[in-house]
Amino acid sequence: MNPFKRSPLVIAATTLVYFFLYAPIVILVLYSFNASRANVKFEGFITSFSDRVQMDGSFVEASPCGPFHWYCDLSKNNDVIEAAGNTLTIAFTATIVATVIGTMAALALQRYDFKIKPFSQLSLYIPIVIPEIVMGIGILTLFSQSFGWLNQALNLTGDSRLALGIGTVTVSHIAFMVPFVTLVVQARLQGFDKSYEEAAMDLGANEWTTFWRVTFPMILPGVLSGALLAFTLSLDDFVITFFTNGPGSTTLPIYVYGLLRRIITPQVNALSTVWIAIVFIAVLLLQWLQSREAKPSH
Amino acid sequence: MLQRFRENKSMQGTFLALPTTLWLFVLLIIPLFLTLVVSFGQRSPDGDVIFSFGLHNYIRLFGYSTDCPGGQTSCFDPLYVNILWRSLTLAFNTTVCVILLAYPLAYFIARAHPKRRNIFLFMVLIPLWTNFVIRVYAWMMLLRKEGAINIVLGWFANLLGLDFTPLEMLYTPGAVLVGMVYEFLPFMILPIYTSLEKIDNSLYEAAADLGANAFKTLLRVTLPLSMPGVVAGTILVFIPVMGTFIVSDILGGRQVILVGNLIQRQFLDARDPTFGSAASLILMVMTLIVTYFYTRKFGFGEEIVAA
Repeated sequence: MNPFKRSPLVIAATTLVYFFLYAPIVILVLYSFNASRANVKFEGFITSFSDRVQMDGSFVEASPCGPFHWYCDLSKNNDVIEAAGNTLTIAFTATIVATVIGTMAALALQRYDFKIKPFSQLSLYIPIVIPEIVMGIGILTLFSQSFGWLNQALNLTGDSRLALGIGTVTVSHIAFMVPFVTLVVQARLQGFDKSYEEAAMDLGANEWTTFWRVTFPMILPGVLSGALLAFTLSLDDFVITFFTNGPGSTTLPIYVYGLLRRIITPQVNALSTVWIAIVFIAVLLLQWLQSREAKPSH
Repeated sequence: MLQRFRENKSMQGTFLALPTTLWLFVLLIIPLFLTLVVSFGQRSPDGDVIFSFGLHNYIRLFGYSTDCPGGQTSCFDPLYVNILWRSLTLAFNTTVCVILLAYPLAYFIARAHPKRRNIFLFMVLIPLWTNFVIRVYAWMMLLRKEGAINIVLGWFANLLGLDFTPLEMLYTPGAVLVGMVYEFLPFMILPIYTSLEKIDNSLYEAAADLGANAFKTLLRVTLPLSMPGVVAGTILVFIPVMGTFIVSDILGGRQVILVGNLIQRQFLDARDPTFGSAASLILMVMTLIVTYFYTRKFGFGEEIVAA
């Protein structure tokens, strides 16, 4: 019996589901080349060759960027550039902190016994079992109440007042990212063969050297995939950012959401396409990391 | 001091786990406690919180109203109960649809040649990691009156020589359901795949040797063994659907209001954080109750981490 034999029914269902997953993305990318500024109908690809008059009488200038007109527009949009900068700053900072403290916690939970261990382990599951919006408004309440109180108590005025901004977003992102890093690294530590470490100790290495020369290189792929997961969670986050951002800390998802409630030009599609391209590369990278993890070279 | 630290394993463990535990305590547990405290409070005229103790927000949430027709002092207003019920049924319907779509795909990937599995999984991850807001936007483009679905339907109608009036699909409950299913489908595919992939081929062979047909094998071997994946997937889908407000906001317009929208508006437009906090706690309790009974019945698999 061929183990990979599949019934035509399964193949048909699979094709349909993949179609369902990809049709919206294809349409999204297609409309980023839309000649229509209103972006309601697809009115053909932009051509760079000549000015033209649209069916509704509006005038379309020849685009110096050819079919990539909306991408050129995007690169000149300062709001987008600022939002992209914020998104990356928050994601990088939060990933570094979350990876370091998350890996430390994973080591502690997997290898040590201590008093608060059950509490530490349990708190990791909070972001999984509680809806994000509940966490979002809780954190917002924490910040608004404690900032109000602190500003008054310390007599802070003007620019030195504590307020929502990049800092609050980053701190909140770390809170929901850490559990994912810890759980991923913990899973990696579970399948860990201790005999390598024992061998190093037998050969005279102390605990510190053993950790950096033996343990760390072996769990590194797990740490990296945890970090990459955390990074994408931060890039993708909408809800927590929505409740913790302030003036000047708009991230890309918040920016796009704002646009969706107002006017939408194909620029949004161009932005989405760039984003999808980046995600594509990131997922490829992660898969490559995981395939290396599957067959570690000793 | 340093010497004692080097020898004391328990101290080292506490030291390593402390940053994470503290961070989660301050930013997850304290906020939950604060939400509870605020939910008993009252709204000041300028939208701040006056700390006091009363259950008025909960009573209001479950239908007590003083704004009644015909001069009554109090009456039952089902507005908020309806919103809670709508969120619950939508989360249930979404989960069922997602299971039905995810299962065949996960099965296909798990039974594919090992070399090709990664490519098929890769194809599930791309939509998953494309931004949440962008994915809602994509459905907005598909569903609207001049959108791609109406265009394609129009072509078919033309081919068959029928009259076609574009369908109004955007801003309906159906649009919200489709959007939710699309958003959360990958969260079901991955855990089901993980549990299906673990099933040893010899089990299928044994079933075949013992005379089971394809349907019976599915019912007696595949389905029971993949239940941990379905349970994990259900938790990963049901909980976020209960709390999401973007999908209903963008695809449902003002037509479909869920608990998420209610909470968001209390914090931003209506400026009554006390009522928003009460709604938020009810949402949390609802999801915890459903999750508790569901996992008690079916068990809590490790697949949740694998996803």
